[in-house]
This record gives sequence, structure tokens and C-alpha cells, in this order.
Amino acid sequence: MTHVLETRNLVRDYHIAGGIFRKGRTIHAVKGISLAVDQGKTLAIVGESGCGKSTLARMITMIDAPTAGDMLIDGQKVDIAKEGLTPEMRRKVQIVFQNPYGTLNPRKKIGDILMEPLVINTSMKRDERQDRAMAMLKKVGLDEKHFGRYPHMFSGGQRQRVAIARALMLSPRLLVLDEPVSALDLSVQAQVLNLLADLQDEFQLTYVFISHDLSVVRYIADDVMVMYYGEAVEYGTREEVFSDPKHAYTKTLFSATPRADVESIKARLARKNAA
Amino acid sequence: MSLLEVENLVVEFQTASGPFRAVDGVSLRVNAGEVLAIVGESGSGKSVSMLAAMGLLPWTAKVTADKLQFDGRNLLGMSASERRKIVGKDMAMIFQEPIASLNPCFTVGFQIEEVLKVHEKLGKAARRARAIELFSAVGIPNPEDRLGHFPHQMSGGQCQRVMIAIALACNPKLLIADEPTTALDVTIQKQILDLLMRLQAERGMGLIIITHNMGVVAETADRVIVQYKGRKIEEADVLSLFESPKSAYTRALLSALPDNATGDRLPTIADLLSDEQIFEGAVR
Ligand SMILES: Nc1ncnc2c1ncn2[C@@H]1O[C@H](COP(=O)(O)OP(=O)(O)OP(=O)(O)O)[C@@H](O)[C@H]1O
Ligand SMILES: Nc1ncnc2c1ncn2[C@@H]1O[C@H](COP(=O)(O)OP(=O)(O)OP(=O)(O)O)[C@@H](O)[C@H]1O
Ligand SMILES: [Mg+2]
Ligand SMILES: [Mg+2]
Repeated sequence: MTHVLETRNLVRDYHIAGGIFRKGRTIHAVKGISLAVDQGKTLAIVGESGCGKSTLARMITMIDAPTAGDMLIDGQKVDIAKEGLTPEMRRKVQIVFQNPYGTLNPRKKIGDILMEPLVINTSMKRDERQDRAMAMLKKVGLDEKHFGRYPHMFSGGQRQRVAIARALMLSPRLLVLDEPVSALDLSVQAQVLNLLADLQDEFQLTYVFISHDLSVVRYIADDVMVMYYGEAVEYGTREEVFSDPKHAYTKTLFSATPRADVESIKARLARKNAA
Repeated sequence: MSLLEVENLVVEFQTASGPFRAVDGVSLRVNAGEVLAIVGESGSGKSVSMLAAMGLLPWTAKVTADKLQFDGRNLLGMSASERRKIVGKDMAMIFQEPIASLNPCFTVGFQIEEVLKVHEKLGKAARRARAIELFSAVGIPNPEDRLGHFPHQMSGGQCQRVMIAIALACNPKLLIADEPTTALDVTIQKQILDLLMRLQAERGMGLIIITHNMGVVAETADRVIVQYKGRKIEEADVLSLFESPKSAYTRALLSALPDNATGDRLPTIADLLSDEQIFEGAVR
């Protein structure tokens, strides 16, 4: 079976231009990542802030071209630098960005934002587009009354859900989610994670899920990759990574997770009173 | 006297479908050296109530309160220019969407030095030194280099740390941190929380943390307010809240952790409770 997504030694460098007093510099953001995800599966990517997760996501979703390395979608090699992107390819792969506010046009109403991908990519009638958009809005836990509102009228978590709804409008095959639930409270987070799981069952969707929340990763992932300074330092099934973390960074991740039990609170308050 | 005192705060937005009450009579107070956590579900008015206190809401918002006082001064009767001298200096906020609140057209170094210029009257070299000091305090690697970067050249978590550095630039008396660590992995989250707690202890800074992460609440807060649909549902010291939550909503909130998933479904509040059950016994 061919993988929905495969990358081989993907590399991305950024060049920072120098100034009068400064030399130009190159940042090696992603240093040779190889991965494969099968249909209906979820790969979770975790890693320290700045380790190259979003950069990898932008390459997978064909927004940025890799500096080196290959990428295959459904077994087909893609090279946006050389051949550009077919509309079919563009529909297949969608992304939910880390920063939803920056990617929602502030002058457009939510309904139009949701219908826009359908306008561009399909010949669907207005009524049908509207029905689809309305249904999706409800799926992510928002209301009909939100249809005519502008992005600034939403809370952080509500905007995040709009971004997820928009990415789902074209029924993609591969969905890359860059920290999709980190801004959400637990209840809405549960709602969105349940929704993603339902859609995966229904349409055999494939996810690349970037997160730094280990409890979420443990819940949603089939495979887990841990990135550190642009490299994959750990890559395996969820059970392998969680039961037997190999890399020092993964171990630190486990130990730095805040604890919400009464004993830890008592210990902290005792330390505070002693100081 | 409390550092910030808010009584019966109401915020209404004019929308196409009529007025919408985002905050419905919330009262709260924070003392110097105290950490207050505000938790509650998405859309419950956490950000809006704090933006109202800062005077940063758009004109479509109607803000009323019986009392809105900071450091002994009445914010309600104050002129806009007087308020600007306080906001961003003595009363600072880390905004929920860090990338959106940085100006894409200027380097991050320029943006932090601008704040120091306006409020602190430092010379050029001193401003730069202070900016570097702040960047390293929030864990931005190679701070001297990074000063020359534009926001889009930095990762999500790096932008969030820039925002934190800007908020801390003028040694605020009160810091309102709106989901300050959502874009950060747990190791850097720990570093940031340790920094905030240290500043709060050393300088007696008052700190309000808005978060949905109960782990963060457990590790930082002295007191906790639980909010739902613009109203305060429960207020308690941190230990009581975790040990014996009074409201059904708080109990549900604590049980919605992914760790508590049963089978392959995560529990949502709506699975567990109705609105009536939530508001029952709500505090004012
Ligand atoms: N356009 C750019 N120009 C220069 N450097 C960049 C650019 N985009 C990202 N970088 C750098 O590349 C590195 C990786 O960034 P990336 O956004 O991929 O990190 P990340 O893993 O997504 O982090 P976070 O969890 O904080 O979002 C960072 O050091 C960042 O500063
Ligand atoms: N400018 C506005 N016009 C109309 N409604 C608004 C406006 N700004 C916010 N709201 C509404 O006010 C309510 C409270 O928003 P707020 O941003 O305070 O939520 P929050 O508790 O911070 O949620 P989150 O955890 O998702 O950030 C939401 O229902 C939101 O849609
Ligand atoms: Mg990122
Ligand atoms: Mg908010």
C-alpha cells in the first residue's frame, strides 16, 4: 500500500539577510526528516518551541518548498518549486495554522470565510454552499448566529474552531493541524478531538497533528515523532515512545508536565510559605 | 487595599442580532504579590473582562461597573491619556494571540525598545541592554541576534515569549497573562511560569493568569475564579478548589482532562451538565 504522505530527508534552511554591521546567517530549521503516514492514521509531532515543527508543516502542505529532500503524496512526487501545484493536490492537503487570527481575513464574515474554498474549488450552488458551511459551523460547536459575524468578534478558542471548520470544508485527504487545540479549554478541546476522531472514522482522513500537549498526543496519535533542533530524535508507535522514551529531551518533556493533583499543590504552597 | 478591584463588571457588545452580554456582573480583586487564576470555557468572557479592565475593547463594547479601581485610582472616570500612562506600564497584559498582537512591519527589537522609550525614558544603549536582558529572561536563544528579526521569522512560541518580554519590560505592578503558555511546550512553559512566579514573589507583582490548563492553575495560583457564560460560578483558594470543588461545573471541568478519557470518547461539559445545573449555586 502506498502511504498518503511520505517524506525523505526533508531539509529547510532560512537565510537571514545581514545588515551593515551584521553578517548574514543561515538557520537550519529542519535537518533531514523522513516520515510516512498511512491512510486513516494520525502522526503526532511534538518538540520544543522553535525546533522546526511549523516549518515542516509548511513543507508538507506545499506552502514552502523544501531546500532539499523529497515528498510524496499518495505515492506521487511533489515539487512545487519546479512544477507548481495542481488544484487537485491543493484540495487534498489542508492545514490549520498555529495562529488562526492571522489567517482569517478580518474584513470577511465567518460564513463567507467558510464558503470561500467551495467558491474557488467547486461549482457548487450558493444554497448548497451555505448549507454545508452552516453544518460545519455546528459540527465545531458554534452557532448559526455566528455565521454573519467578523473574526474579531470571536474569542480565541472560537476562532480556532472556525479555522478547523474552514480546513474541513473541502473534505481533504490529509489534514495538517498545527497546535489545533492548545488554545481551547478542555471541554471544547474534547469536542474538537472527538470531531476529528469521528471524521477520521467516517472519511478515513489522515492527520499530521502538531502539539506539545502530551496528554492530547497520547489520546489521538498512532505514531509519535519527537523533534529536537530540526531533527527527529524519536519516532515510533505511541506505545513505544510513551513506554520507553529514549532521548533525554523526551524524558524532560514527561517530567516537566504540570501536575494537577492535591499533593503537588500542598507541596508548592508549603514551599511558598517557607520562603 | 487591593491592587485591582472590579465590582459588578458588565460588558455588552452591539451585534447584528441585538446586544450580547459577554460579561454579566463579574467582581474580582487581586492584591499585590497575589496570583489569581481565571478558568472557564471558551467564550465565557475571560479575555473580554480583562480587556475591559485595561480599557482596550473596541467602541462597540459598552462597559459598566460599580467599581473599577487600580492601585487606588478610579479607572472609570479617568481620561484616555491618563489611562494610557498606566496601561502598558504599571498594568500590563500578555495577549492571547501573540503573533497577531505583534506588528509585522517592525523588528521585535524595535517593538520592545519602543515600549521602553515611551514609558521608561532610557537612553539608546540602556534600552538595548534591557531588551537583551528581557529576551534572555524569557528564554529566547541568541537574544542579540533575535532583536533584528521580524515576527514572521520567529516560531509561534518565540513570538509568545517576545510578547511576555514586552509585557514585563516596565516592571508592571499588575500583569494580566491571557493564556501565556499555550504556544509553548512544557519545558519552556515551566521556565516561563517559574519566571513569572519569581517576579511576582520578588517584586510583589500582582498576577492574573487566564488559562484552561488545570496543571498551570495547580502550579501557580493562590486563588481561582471559575467563569461560565460571562458569570462567576465559583471562587476559592487553589487547594479547596482541587480538593473539594463546590460547583458541579468545576467538578466537570476537572474531569474533562484527556487523561480521564473513557473508551475512545472524551467527556465534554455538555455531556455532563445543563446550563441550569451549572448556574445553580453560582456566586456573585
Ligand atoms: N521565515 C523565517 N525566516 C527565518 N527564520 C525562520 C523563519 N521561520 C522560522 N524561522 C526559524 O526557524 C526555526 C524553526 O521555526 P518553527 O516555526 O518551525 O518552529 P516550531 O517548532 O513550530 O516552534 P513553536 O512550537 O514555537 O511554534 C526557529 O528558530 C525560527 O526562528
Ligand atoms: N467585538 C465583539 N463583538 C461581539 N461579540 C464579541 C466581541 N468580542 C468578543 N465577543 C464575544 O464575547 C464572548 C466572550 O469572549 P472572550 O474573548 O472573553 O472569551 P474567552 O473566555 O476569553 O474565551 P477563549 O478561552 O476562547 O479565549 C464570546 O462569545 C465572543 O464571541
Ligand atoms: Mg510552530
Ligand atoms: Mg480568551
